Amino acid sequence: MLAKEIERAGIPTVYVTSLPTVATMIGANRIVRGPAITHPFGMDEAERRRIVERALELLETDVEPNTVWEVVE
Amino acid sequence: MKAVHYLNQFFAGLGGEDKAETPPTRLEGAVGPGRGLADELGDIEIVATLACGDDYFAEHEEEALATLLGYLAEDGPDVFIAGPAFGSGRYGYACGTLVASAAERGIPSVVAMHPENPGVDAAGKAYVVPTAVNVAGMRDALPRLARLATALAQGRELGTADDEGYLPRGFRRNYFAEKTGAERAVDLLLAKLGGEAHTEVGGGLDRVEPPAAVRDLSETLVALVTEAGCVPQGNPDRLASVRAKGWLRYELDGAETLSASRYESVHGGFDVSLANEDPNRLVPLDTARALEREGRIGRVHETFYTTTGNGTPVVTSTRFGREIAGELREAGVGAVLLSGT
Repeated sequence: MLAKEIERAGIPTVYVTSLPTVATMIGANRIVRGPAITHPFGMDEAERRRIVERALELLETDVEPNTVWEVVE
Repeated sequence: MKAVHYLNQFFAGLGGEDKAETPPTRLEGAVGPGRGLADELGDIEIVATLACGDDYFAEHEEEALATLLGYLAEDGPDVFIAGPAFGSGRYGYACGTLVASAAERGIPSVVAMHPENPGVDAAGKAYVVPTAVNVAGMRDALPRLARLATALAQGRELGTADDEGYLPRGFRRNYFAEKTGAERAVDLLLAKLGGEAHTEVGGGLDRVEPPAAVRDLSETLVALVTEAGCVPQGNPDRLASVRAKGWLRYELDGAETLSASRYESVHGGFDVSLANEDPNRLVPLDTARALEREGRIGRVHETFYTTTGNGTPVVTSTRFGREIAGELREAGVGAVLLSGT
C-alpha cells in the first residue's frame, strides 16, 4: 500500500518483495521479485547489487500497471 | 426509546477551526444535523448531543473519553450515534474511538464516515455506515445512519454488511449454503464467460497509474523506504511489531551502510535474524551509497522511512503511504526503493 500511495504522488517507486502476487493484488506498479522474505534485497553485496540495479532499470522504464520483473542471475 | 448523538464543535454549531479546542460538553436534545437525523429516527428521541473540539479530543484523549463516556452513562441511551464525520480525519478518529468504547461498555453504537477515514480503523466492533467524503453527502447519509441506529436500538439481529449498509467488520459468520462451493464456483465461472463478473469475496482496491519512468537517475534523489520494520538498535521510538500505529523517519547522516550494531528489525511477521546480521539485506544502503559514489544515482536521500507492514489494515497503511509520500514530495525525491517482506 505504501508503494501505491507514493506512486499516487507521482514518484516512481520500485517495490522489492518476495511476494509479488500480493504486491500486484494491492496494485503496486513496479515490482522486483526479491529472493526471500527474510532478505528481500539479497544476502550479500553482490546479490544486492544485482537486485538494486534491476530496480533502477525498472525505474528508468515506462511500464504497464502491475509489472513484475525477475532478477537476472 | 432514546439516543445520544455525538458531533464535533463545527457541526454542533460551536464554531469552526477556531473552536477546535472546545472541551467536551453536553447539549440538550438534537442539534444541527442531529435534527435531520431525529426526523429519520421517528420514535427514537435524541435526548442529548455530546460535542467536543476535534483538537481537544486529539490532545486530551483519555480525559475527553472519560468525560464523554460519563455523560453517556448518565443518559443511558438505547443507541449511541456519532457523526457523520465524512472525510474529516480528526473528527472521524474521535467518533471512531468513542463508538468503540461505548460498544465495549454494552451500548449499541454506530458512526457514519467515509470508508477511507482513518477513524474507521478506530471504530473497533462498533458499526460504521459509509458516507461520501464531504458534507455534500449529508442528505444521503442521515437516513442510512438512522436505519442502522434504529435496528441497533430495537435489538434486532443484524444481517450482512451488504444487506444492512455498514462496512464489513471482518467477522465471519458461518452458514449452510444451498449449493456446494464447487457448484457456486462453476456458476461464477459460467457467469464470467457470459460477461458478468461476480464475486463472493469482495476486493475493491483502487488502481494507480504507474508514474512515468525516471529520465536521468544520475540527477535523481532516491529515497529508501521499508515496511520491514528496520529501526535503530533498541527501537527507541517503539515501532510496533504488528499492527503498527505509525511510521518513523530516521536520518542516515551520511552513513555508508546500515550496520548491525546500529540497526535491527522489529517486524513480528518473519524471522529477523538474517536481517539483524546485516540490515542492508532489508534496506540496501551499502549498495545505494556505492551507486551514489559511482554516479549511477544522483543522491541517496538522507532520511529513510520505516514501518512494520504486518497486520496493518488497508486504511491505515494508505494513510501512512500518503503521509510519507507528502514528505518525499516536499524533499524533491524523484524515485523510491521500497522493501517489503
